[in-house]
Amino acid sequence: MKIIVCVKQVPDASDVRLDPVTNTLAREGVQSIMNPYDQHALEEAVRLKEKHGGEVIVVTMGPPQAEEILRLAISCGADSVVLVSDRAFAGADTWATSYTLEHAVKKIGAFDLILCGKQAIDGDTAQVGPGLATRLDIPYLTCVQKVRESSDKGLIVERMMDDGYDVVAVDYPALLTVVKNINEPRVPSLKGKMKAKKAEILRLSAADIGADAACIGLPGSPTKVVNVFPPETRGGRSVLTGTLDEQLDQLVDKLLPYL
Amino acid sequence: MLKVNKELCIGCGICEDNCPFGAISIEDGLAVVGDSCTLCGACVESCEVQALSLEVQNKQVQEDLADWKGVLVFCEYRHGELAPVSLELLGIGRQLADRRGVLLSALLLGHETAETAQLLIGHGADVVYLAQHEALGEFRDDSYSQVTADVIRQYRPEIVLAGATAIGRSFIPCVATLVNAGLTADCTKLEIREQDGALLQTRPAFGGNIMATIVCESTRPQMATVRPKVMKQLPFDGARTGTVVDVVLTEKQLHSRVQVVESVVEEAGNVNIQEADILVSGGRGLENAKGFELIRALADTMGAKVSASRAVVDAGWIPYPHQVGQTGKTVAPKLYIACGISGAVQHVAGMQSAETIVAINRDAHASIFNVADFGIVGDLFEIIPKLIKKIEERR
Ligand SMILES: Cc1cc2nc3c(=O)[nH]c(=O)nc-3n(C[C@H](O)[C@H](O)[C@H](O)COP(=O)(O)OP(=O)(O)OC[C@H]3O[C@@H](n4cnc5c(N)ncnc54)[C@H](O)[C@@H]3O)c2cc1C
Ligand SMILES: Nc1ncnc2c1ncn2[C@@H]1O[C@H](COP(=O)(O)O)[C@@H](O)[C@H]1O
Repeated sequence: MKIIVCVKQVPDASDVRLDPVTNTLAREGVQSIMNPYDQHALEEAVRLKEKHGGEVIVVTMGPPQAEEILRLAISCGADSVVLVSDRAFAGADTWATSYTLEHAVKKIGAFDLILCGKQAIDGDTAQVGPGLATRLDIPYLTCVQKVRESSDKGLIVERMMDDGYDVVAVDYPALLTVVKNINEPRVPSLKGKMKAKKAEILRLSAADIGADAACIGLPGSPTKVVNVFPPETRGGRSVLTGTLDEQLDQLVDKLLPYL
Repeated sequence: MLKVNKELCIGCGICEDNCPFGAISIEDGLAVVGDSCTLCGACVESCEVQALSLEVQNKQVQEDLADWKGVLVFCEYRHGELAPVSLELLGIGRQLADRRGVLLSALLLGHETAETAQLLIGHGADVVYLAQHEALGEFRDDSYSQVTADVIRQYRPEIVLAGATAIGRSFIPCVATLVNAGLTADCTKLEIREQDGALLQTRPAFGGNIMATIVCESTRPQMATVRPKVMKQLPFDGARTGTVVDVVLTEKQLHSRVQVVESVVEEAGNVNIQEADILVSGGRGLENAKGFELIRALADTMGAKVSASRAVVDAGWIPYPHQVGQTGKTVAPKLYIACGISGAVQHVAGMQSAETIVAINRDAHASIFNVADFGIVGDLFEIIPKLIKKIEERR
């Protein structure tokens, strides 16, 4: 089985915050991490490979320093990694990102399955997976919480819905996006870390994947950010005072209008 | 490209501080842009001497922009019920359509949707496109996408809205790709820009720490998913009139490459915490799975649904669909009661847009109190039973 996993390097959300007074970003050495959902996608890919044989190829579109998460991916069981990197990709929205990944995947060649995270925690859009599948003209399922059955032909999975879950069958080639309760990602082994250090990273530029300059990066993105600002601050906070009884009475006063 | 005007740059470093990606550094008294720049523009806004500019090569403007007219709302119908967000979308859709002087239409996909089309008209729709078929009774991304994309191609709406629900967030990205449109996810505010009638789409990013306003100037339709509970629905008006248009469905549209084996509804739909008006949420302070009985009791008293922090989902005290936060669901109820939750940023990211937040925690320094409108410092095992009793007495 040949499985491609799409991973993204994201800033750790706990570090990013706009100062509501100065409207500037308070940032103390923003840490970059592998998007948490993508770790689960990678883990599921490695498990499927362990069961059915084959290979796991991890691909990211990002700046040169995204190499870090690719090495992490190797240490967690990926067989090979691809860094799709070019100044021309900067500013890509999900439309341009899925276009770029489509071309990268076509360059990598035939595959059975593509796994993505449900969403990237920097943008929270959840659009790249479905966009990529649509461009590749393959079926996809989002928010997969469990792989019930897998064979070398296809899968039966549970996908989360708002009122429960659907059990759905799909044949390869297909794309899944996964949520975090699908599995518990392994921690890198010592051997894995050694392997990661030495691993070769395949680097692909815009020209290498044959991407049209008008479809990538900022120029290729239909959406434009025209303003960024801090969220409205929440007013009138109070820790209630008095005896517990008094506090509860005050609280119930506040709650009753909602009931 | 991000350009630094060397004449204007004074090397003050404000841009360096403002870059969310750590892509700018000051070298020899000048700002230097590194490879991790994503052209987000945060620095351009911050620069006091206007030394930074984004050289934007605009996406080629679609030639037929003016031919796209009207607002189309996707109305979600599943297991015999209309998703409440559909009516909220008609509420905001009506406002946008009136501002633009165009029609508001609704697209209803499903099987045996009964009087729903009339309901949509009563809540603001001028036209309802009704796509009814057994094959649309279950949600399948490919057939939903094909039908919706074809309706968009035929009627050419300038704006398309859908709920940011499990279904909306799953198939709308496919539709956007099929019709080559930009798509903004999880909007919390939609407005029409005065000068050119473009749709201003505002959404939280970085776990709600930053708000961003997005436009799609050069392509149509402009597509957005909208968070449940943010927009207001219009009161039902039985006197309103509108037309219902049956969508002619084709074999090709209805053909799906996935097969729904079974559709499991959990706890009578109680897991849909995103549609709840009140959430009672439990954290590790509950000590064990049994602690959740207290949370359920309070929720029952208040007619609320139950949610949780990740710590307790990981501990297996409650299933994942109840998790609030960065790796769970984003909720915006009218009232959120956090019991025994410390208020880690990843949790707060998922609930900070609740209208009112109440926190019960025995640690006076817990960060949940920084976002709570009302906080009680104390032991939840003592407080919650008393609270239940008082609510019952006073109601
Ligand atoms: C990548 C990533 C993603 C994450 N995503 C999420 C997410 O989506 N959602 C999420 O919730 N978390 C998420 N987390 C975890 C988050 O950082 C916190 O660990 C988690 O929210 C803590 O849960 P908690 O508040 O229930 O537990 P704790 O932090 O252990 O807090 C328990 C609280 O209960 C109080 N308490 C204890 N006993 C009592 C009592 N008897 N009465 C009153 N109060 C009491 C304590 O004072 C304490 O404040 C994520 C973390 C990472 C790294
Ligand atoms: N630049 C990227 N490179 C590789 N994969 C990506 C990239 N951006 C997004 N993805 C994948 O798409 C998923 C959803 O991302 P998003 O649509 O940005 O929320 C992520 O979890 C990744 O699996």
